[in-house]
Amino acid sequence: MLTLRLYMLQRITALLMAPMVLGHLAVMIYAVQGGLSAAEILGRTQGSIVWLLFYGGFVGAVSVHAAIGLRVIVHEILGLKGKLLDAFTWVIGAGLLVLGGRAVMAVTMS
Amino acid sequence: MSSVPEEMEVSVWRGAGTSGRFEDFRVPAQENQTILDVVSWIQQHSDPTLSYRYACRVGMCGSCAMMVNGVPRWTCRTHVKVALKAGKISIAPLRNLPVIKDLVTDMDPFFDKWVAAEGVHHPTRSRDDEIERIDPEDSARLEANKGIECINCSVCYAACDTVAGNADYLGPAALLRAWTLYNDAKDAGKLNILEAVSGEGGCHNCHSQGSCSQYCPNGLNPMAAIAGLKRASAIAFLKGRK
Repeated sequence: MLTLRLYMLQRITALLMAPMVLGHLAVMIYAVQGGLSAAEILGRTQGSIVWLLFYGGFVGAVSVHAAIGLRVIVHEILGLKGKLLDAFTWVIGAGLLVLGGRAVMAVTMS
Repeated sequence: MSSVPEEMEVSVWRGAGTSGRFEDFRVPAQENQTILDVVSWIQQHSDPTLSYRYACRVGMCGSCAMMVNGVPRWTCRTHVKVALKAGKISIAPLRNLPVIKDLVTDMDPFFDKWVAAEGVHHPTRSRDDEIERIDPEDSARLEANKGIECINCSVCYAACDTVAGNADYLGPAALLRAWTLYNDAKDAGKLNILEAVSGEGGCHNCHSQGSCSQYCPNGLNPMAAIAGLKRASAIAFLKGRK
């Protein structure tokens, strides 16, 4: 159920996410150590194209990566296949994209 | 004075198709005895209707593989002492294959997947050409050599949890064969092979759990071969050849 194209998409998104996870952790530690309030954090992120691209890219990579990973698990454990399996993959990917996208927009758009 | 031989408790799977159950037999224990000897003893002395498959009895033909105490093994080369657990043995047909009767499985899905993985010869020359000279030290040849001792016993296929969860998955043996041919200078079908192993049941479904390499009776490493195919297909993908 994993074609070469899906395999490559999952590996490339994993490569993208690895530095992003480290960046995200570094930002969290920096914000906590520095004692920034929510308002101060939003003051830095809202209206910032850099944070929009960083977290927008992160959410995009997560959506693709997780949807493909869950596709494999659902096929092997529950036996879902064919169009139903494709639909499941798209729903998970689109769902994560919408949920994550809303959060990114809330944090980066003023 | 003759001593009474000790006996083993042997549970053997009996049935046809998807229905069946384990049947218990008591078999005399010998000093030197393989699992295939035990099965043969039952068929010859206890129940002549027991069906099982074997041919060479020396680990060359790959036809006698069965599940022994839940583990896939070539029964002709598996000593009872290795498999015995608390004086008991269970013997069942190979996992991941349809059962025909008792210990005999239908091997068609296994061999069909060899063909589906392009595990067939794609000649580089005709009979009119000179025989291709092969450098035995060439790195691709050395890689191909690692897989040529496969005897098609299906032990790796029975051990594979990915096959159990994904019936379309080509399986370790077919992919090992594909990797062997991919590295063979006398095979002209490299792109056909990469195409064949990149589909929905292809090498990318392998989770690298390693049961194939763990249980291969000939000590081959299908997991490494599958990793090789993943590498080769990924490179071809990035170069835009796929």
